[in-house]
Amino acid sequence: MSILDYSALELSKEIKAGNIGVAEATKAVLDHINNTDKNINAFITVADERALQKAESLQKQLAEYRGKEAELSPLFGVPFAVKDNICVKNMRTTCASKILGNFVPTYDATVVSRLESAGAVIIGKTNMDEFAMGSTSETSAFGITKNPADTDCVPGGSSGGSAAAIASGMAYGALGSDTGGSIRQPASYCGVVGLKPTYGRVSRYGLIAYGSSLDQIGPMGKNVEDVAAILDIIAGHDKNDATSADLEGGCFADACVEDVKGLKIGIPKGYFAEGLDGKVKETVLAAAKTLEEKGAIIEEFDLGFEEYAIPAYYTIASAEASSNLERFDGIKYGYRTKEFNGLHNMYKKTRSEGFGPEVKRRIMLGSFVLSSGYYDAYYLKALKVRALIKEAFDRAFEKYDVILGPVAPTTAPKIGTSLTDPLKMYLGDIYTISANLCGIPAISVPCGSDDSGMPIGLQLMGKMFDEKTLIRTAYTFEKARV
Amino acid sequence: MNKITDETIEYVGILAKLELTDEEKEKAKKDMEQMLDYIDKLGEPDTENVTPLSHVLPVKNAFREDEVTNSDDSANILKNAPEEQDNMFVVPQTF
Amino acid sequence: MSKEYETVIGLEVHVELATKTKIFCGCSTAFGGEPNTHTCPVCTGMPGSLPVLNKQVLKYAIAVGLATNCEITRFSQFDRKNYFYPDNPQNYQISQLYMPICRDGHVEIENEAGETKKVRIHEIHMEEDAGKLTHDDFYDCTLVDYNRSGVPLIEIVSEPDMRSAEEVISYLETLRTTISYLGASDCKLNEGSMRADVNISVRPVGEKAFGTRTEMKNLNSFRAITHAIEGERARQIDLLESGEKVVQETRRWDDIKGESYPMRSKEDAQDYRYFPDPDLPPIEVSDELLEEIRAAKPEMRPEKMKRYKDEYDIPEYDIGIITSNKHLADLFEETTDVCKQPKKVSNWIMGEILRLMKETETDPENLVFSPENLAKLILLVEQKVINNNMAKSIFEKMFSEDFDPEKYVEEHGLKTVADDGALRKCIEQVLIDNPKSVEDFKAGKDKAIGFLVGQTMKAMKGKADPSAVNEMLRELMK
Repeated sequence: MSILDYSALELSKEIKAGNIGVAEATKAVLDHINNTDKNINAFITVADERALQKAESLQKQLAEYRGKEAELSPLFGVPFAVKDNICVKNMRTTCASKILGNFVPTYDATVVSRLESAGAVIIGKTNMDEFAMGSTSETSAFGITKNPADTDCVPGGSSGGSAAAIASGMAYGALGSDTGGSIRQPASYCGVVGLKPTYGRVSRYGLIAYGSSLDQIGPMGKNVEDVAAILDIIAGHDKNDATSADLEGGCFADACVEDVKGLKIGIPKGYFAEGLDGKVKETVLAAAKTLEEKGAIIEEFDLGFEEYAIPAYYTIASAEASSNLERFDGIKYGYRTKEFNGLHNMYKKTRSEGFGPEVKRRIMLGSFVLSSGYYDAYYLKALKVRALIKEAFDRAFEKYDVILGPVAPTTAPKIGTSLTDPLKMYLGDIYTISANLCGIPAISVPCGSDDSGMPIGLQLMGKMFDEKTLIRTAYTFEKARV
Repeated sequence: MNKITDETIEYVGILAKLELTDEEKEKAKKDMEQMLDYIDKLGEPDTENVTPLSHVLPVKNAFREDEVTNSDDSANILKNAPEEQDNMFVVPQTF
Repeated sequence: MSKEYETVIGLEVHVELATKTKIFCGCSTAFGGEPNTHTCPVCTGMPGSLPVLNKQVLKYAIAVGLATNCEITRFSQFDRKNYFYPDNPQNYQISQLYMPICRDGHVEIENEAGETKKVRIHEIHMEEDAGKLTHDDFYDCTLVDYNRSGVPLIEIVSEPDMRSAEEVISYLETLRTTISYLGASDCKLNEGSMRADVNISVRPVGEKAFGTRTEMKNLNSFRAITHAIEGERARQIDLLESGEKVVQETRRWDDIKGESYPMRSKEDAQDYRYFPDPDLPPIEVSDELLEEIRAAKPEMRPEKMKRYKDEYDIPEYDIGIITSNKHLADLFEETTDVCKQPKKVSNWIMGEILRLMKETETDPENLVFSPENLAKLILLVEQKVINNNMAKSIFEKMFSEDFDPEKYVEEHGLKTVADDGALRKCIEQVLIDNPKSVEDFKAGKDKAIGFLVGQTMKAMKGKADPSAVNEMLRELMK
């Protein structure tokens, strides 16, 4: 068995047992990246030196803990990747955009400092759709990331780099961010596990904002246990994020038990109507069957308001994005155009040259729906519809513990086939965006593959702050599949 | 069907500080019309007595105390500036 | 024949709050740091940074709202106001449009006829200040300093209830007194901790409907406000009289040229795209918080005036002046606490202190001498260690540099000479040197003694008690 085949938790155990050195594991990963990433392009930045230095110092720390290794975090010594929209101090952070091509944060995101204090080795920053706007990782200014299962296909997005890195063994786990499905959909396309926590569960401090009321950082990993362990480290209240929830998380790793007896799982009928690929539908329903066999109670129901999620989502996300991205103006950091004539011309040229087409498209739409005369008709209306969608989910959760469905209508599409028709691409987010609109947690766990071997993901959505039930259900399913 | 005029695209460009080429403008008009036609679906449900949901969490009153916690980090902050002079950011003449 | 016009004025007053830190981050609000040294990722708009509200800002805003008879909004939110300008690092200002923290208040002002008039307050909202831009003409560029970026402000928006520059000044003075008594701000117009934008329109007397208004910015003194109102009134009347229309716009007042000019270009479409800031959760003002703020309310001016009248034997006019400014009143009380001479303290304030303040254009909040040292000086006179003239000349020095007058008198040997022998010797010499005055005095010209006292004081280098000198002169000339 190669070092690269271990799960994150297994690797940490081997490191603590003295069977594998931290630097040894780090080097193995870095070598693998060196050999593999030219084909995948999962990383924008690989921080070899910094990672090896960190590995050395962790090894020393381990020596000091001889005999009391149990006090160290369950992920001590494990190499991780971080999506390139999460700030790491003194490590270039680009959001996969030309406009931040040379930006070096002066501070660590809260999740990064938590991960590093737990003994993680950050090996680099992963590729993504520019500013997390996209579902294919094709809009990056640093080239397209390819799906390790088939390099002609996209890895999904926007956290495509993180998903591809894990799937190809270039990282034991990774942080992604999820605004409308950006953790779950690439996890599904690449065959890894991805969790979008409840809004407020994980601090957003240091996450370069796309849609602030929808964004949430979450863990991605090889299996459910790894993902739960990462969540244990990054979750919790942060005084630097006013929207982070001040409540006890409990231990998510402890939720990894095989037990779904009597668990009530609802399947929204609307999620299995037209537009869903036949094989995906079949595989996801088979997964539901598996859970039923394990003792869960499965029931179909009418959720309601499904068709309004996408228009509400794109209105709100674009509006927030148009404001969040105003700070990229060529003054304080990042790209500035070379030649300009006065202040406003500098703004316009910098931004027009610095942002890619998809980002500009959403900024234009967002500025329009907030502009004088349209605010009530579009933005305010979207916030009201958002309230209706949340009510629909609240009603569903009165009856069910978990809502089950597909992650995406299809498996990973071929590179170059998605961006031509933006609206069609947006429609692919139908199953994932409701969790963001409602703030609820959702997990994507592999449940099979299509005829050409492309992975299919199962999505489970839970009640606010009830990640534990999701983890328990996903874990039970994962074990039952093997 | 929504119709986006040249003036609207021009105006939104001023708001968003984006300068589009003629070709991009035509594309932007088409994209925006298509999206707005789709977004118009939001008009269907009755939202008469619905309170807009701007914050999904029931979190309220997240405050900090009035205590100085930050020290001078201007050297690092200014390192990212495209142009710097006398510890300040440089911009084209504003008036 | 031209019509009579009435001026209609409403004010937007920005007040910088006296917190130690900025509204959304832990950076200091202290003045005078090197550029950008009071900054962090939040107030420089670094990607990924997030704002967290300073609780003291909310408390001050509510305190001002209560003191101006506002309703406190129990459920309030912040909104983003989007516009591109380099003094604003995020290119949006965090402010409150939809749910301001205070609404529907009023203050009572005194107008030029001496009548009390109500000026209604539409709302008070919290927001962040912008950074400072300086222009470098040599390199033809603008430099940005974010030390002031994120300093907390409240904006007090009045209804268009004022009709003259005098009413505007009276309104501003009322706000200034109220807010500085609360300790929520020092309200210095010239240093920008209080700033007023004036909305002004004119209409023919008797007309009900308002005319089109313009907004005048860049007004940093009462003088500039008065000039701007007069100038803008005249400009608007000229337009109307010549059959033109007033354009609703923002204008910048240039007090040196005495003119205003429009501020915006085509690139500044005034469409701020306000929407609720998703980074800041709503604020719910509880009964407890309101009670806490009410209970912590300090003594305000009317109560103070009444107490002074009851406690101290000083003229009502003096009370009015001393309490008109919180710092002056503090000086009075703290000095009186030490020397127990209210009447004397009041006389010092009304006399020397106000005189020197006027001469040097010093505001009460910038006085450098301590109340303790002023009290010591007053006691030195009371105990006849020095005389009044000596005290005045010492105070002139203390006014620009705080020091202990007891030590100063000791070190410079300025004590009144109490030794009769030395004084007698000195007077005898003065009598010898001024035989003409002695003769005049003996001939019944009582005024001549004044000259002789002066000569003696001069010879004694001021270190004598003038009444003792007078007495001894009379005795020796008998």
